[in-house]
Amino acid sequence: MRDVAIVGIGATQFGELWNNSFRSLGIEAGSRAIEDANLSGDEIDALYIGNMSAGRFISQQHIDALIADYSGMATNHIPATRVEAGGASGGVAFREAVIAVASGLHHTVMVGGAEKMTDLDDASINSVMDATADAEWEAGMGLTLTSLYAIIARRMMFEGTVTREGIASVAVNSHFHGALNPGAQFRKAIPIDTVLKSGPVAEPLGVFDCAPITDGAAAVILCPLEDAKKYTDKYVKVSATSQASDTLALFQRPDITTFEATRAAAKRAYEMAGITARDINVAEIHDDYTVSGIMALQDLGFYKKGEAGNAFLNGETHFDAGKVAINTSGGLKARGYPVGASGVAQIVEITEQLRGTADKRQVKNAKYGLAQSVGGTGSAVTVSILEAI
Amino acid sequence: MDVGIVSYGAYVPRYRIKPEEIGRIWGVDGKGMGKGLLIFQKSVPSPDEDVVTIATEAARNMMARVPDVDPKEIGAVYVGSESHPYAVKPTSTIVAEAIDATPAMTAADMEFACKAGTAGIQVCMGLVGSGMVKYGVAIGADTSQGAPGDALEYSASAGGASYLIGSEKVIAKINKTLSFTTDTPDFWRREGQPYPLHGGRFTGEPAYFRHITSAAKMMFDAMGTKPEDYTYAVFHQPNGKFPTRVATQLGFTPEQIECGLLTPNIGNTYSGAVPLGLAHILDKAKAGDRIFVVSYGSGAGSDAFDITVTDEITEYKRDNAPVLDKVMENVVYLDYGTYAKFKGKIVMSG
Repeated sequence: MRDVAIVGIGATQFGELWNNSFRSLGIEAGSRAIEDANLSGDEIDALYIGNMSAGRFISQQHIDALIADYSGMATNHIPATRVEAGGASGGVAFREAVIAVASGLHHTVMVGGAEKMTDLDDASINSVMDATADAEWEAGMGLTLTSLYAIIARRMMFEGTVTREGIASVAVNSHFHGALNPGAQFRKAIPIDTVLKSGPVAEPLGVFDCAPITDGAAAVILCPLEDAKKYTDKYVKVSATSQASDTLALFQRPDITTFEATRAAAKRAYEMAGITARDINVAEIHDDYTVSGIMALQDLGFYKKGEAGNAFLNGETHFDAGKVAINTSGGLKARGYPVGASGVAQIVEITEQLRGTADKRQVKNAKYGLAQSVGGTGSAVTVSILEAI
Repeated sequence: MDVGIVSYGAYVPRYRIKPEEIGRIWGVDGKGMGKGLLIFQKSVPSPDEDVVTIATEAARNMMARVPDVDPKEIGAVYVGSESHPYAVKPTSTIVAEAIDATPAMTAADMEFACKAGTAGIQVCMGLVGSGMVKYGVAIGADTSQGAPGDALEYSASAGGASYLIGSEKVIAKINKTLSFTTDTPDFWRREGQPYPLHGGRFTGEPAYFRHITSAAKMMFDAMGTKPEDYTYAVFHQPNGKFPTRVATQLGFTPEQIECGLLTPNIGNTYSGAVPLGLAHILDKAKAGDRIFVVSYGSGAGSDAFDITVTDEITEYKRDNAPVLDKVMENVVYLDYGTYAKFKGKIVMSG
């Protein structure tokens, strides 16, 4: 297996993009990545796309062909593959692309992630999101994804490993960074009371505990590390990418306050990169719900069980706090959550940080960055580690 | 020729329901919902009220204020609504008969979601301005529909206002009107459907705000005016929040929009909303006051008007009919069950 580098990144604005179609978002993100990598589209020899549910969001299946066609690569007849893994779709697409380059089968690969959600009404969007849980045993019984995470939050609060304020402070952290990211959907810092007093969705979680409905796309370009310099000086190394699975339904787990898939994926990733959690300077974690952020910090090994809430509350997670900076992009909560795009957008943000181009939210001297992407209630998790060169 | 408003009249049913009462039934924080929408109560038509009776009340109030106008000189009657009682059979002919304007005249019903009333004013301006008719009547009235439990149920209400458009004894001269129109499907009700559907948050920025701000800016450009040149401003008011926000975006002060903002107390009267807001302003206006008006109809479009109140307002017999503050007195609050019965939400079998 050869080492892989990221030589180009691109992302659209995230938000309610009423004037943009799915395909126009994909084209925008892809062309930005190609331009950033200083290459031409003809040099790309494989395409991967993370997309959760274009079939239900915009009634378009066959996303692989669509993206190849509208990025102008279909006439080159390169392989195009659409990847779906619920909320982890983008993370898994990235990993598949890394494997393709590392194996030697492909040389220059584009991996994109895109979702156009706002063409549907809110209730239908929720129904699509709920389909990432177990349709037969969970969603079919009336459990929504939010209510599953609310059950997790209740259990953690009952066990005394986190307070309501600790959970709410995950959103405060994401909004703090979102205010510094011009590409974020919500560019406004919020006090903790905004979260605590927001309307209930599934108690204890309120509106501000949940990531928004978002349109957006992101793309990165990979090539062998040894060839990266041919394209650009500002490349980063993919030190590790791992993936783990778990039961589809939450109730089948022995402990619902931890995601074993995150722990397993993180363990493998640290081994692959030859580092530990203490070496990570900046991380993008999957805060589709605030409580997910608490679990992520603990399952990734940044904090012990019971300590993540206070870390967020005390601002230790800020980009300038000198510890592991969490969700400097604004995370899913404030940057936005175009589901299939998020896993790729996390890679874009970590690359910005390691290249030193993250502007007002730049983490000083960042060497290692980590991205965690989660499907459903931790049924599929990817953990990737990037390294500054 | 100065074309403008010769007379006006307004009507709002006396029944009200509060958001907390609606929320009580659906298990949601109705008071919070009302606070978010800036709607504290909404009007409800009684079982024997519909767009015909509301339009007729408003038109009769309008005619009472101009006893010297011969109704036979009215050459056109247009009723704009999205809740005409008949799918086929005009509301406007009934109203025209009720004010004794028939038969040597034309009539038609109009529909453009919430701006059919102001569209009628524009048509009447054209007919009067071209000399085809001496007077035209334009009415905006609705008994709007909100599906049980839907967000619209907290706002959809009933009411209407009527305008006599002419060129003699004009109490408010319409200096200019223009429109901004696109095909934007934010809100619709198909034939045979009892309740409208809407695009949720899509009804905001790309729909309401884009059309109103575009029409308003076109008017500022056309007239060479700024917000501070106007005494009053009235915008379409599907809730209290949207017009307040759009006014701020455009540079109007809360004092300029306060008088024309009725939705917090009567709800969203759809086609009646801007006509009623303008009527409330005309109830208080003095000669020389300048009024900025922008309606909005889903689908979508905005009609903007630049209006100046004339000296004729001093001789105008405004007190021949009740002003809106009087009409909106002595309200009767309903519980949800009575409201559901009044609105025909209870489907009887057999």
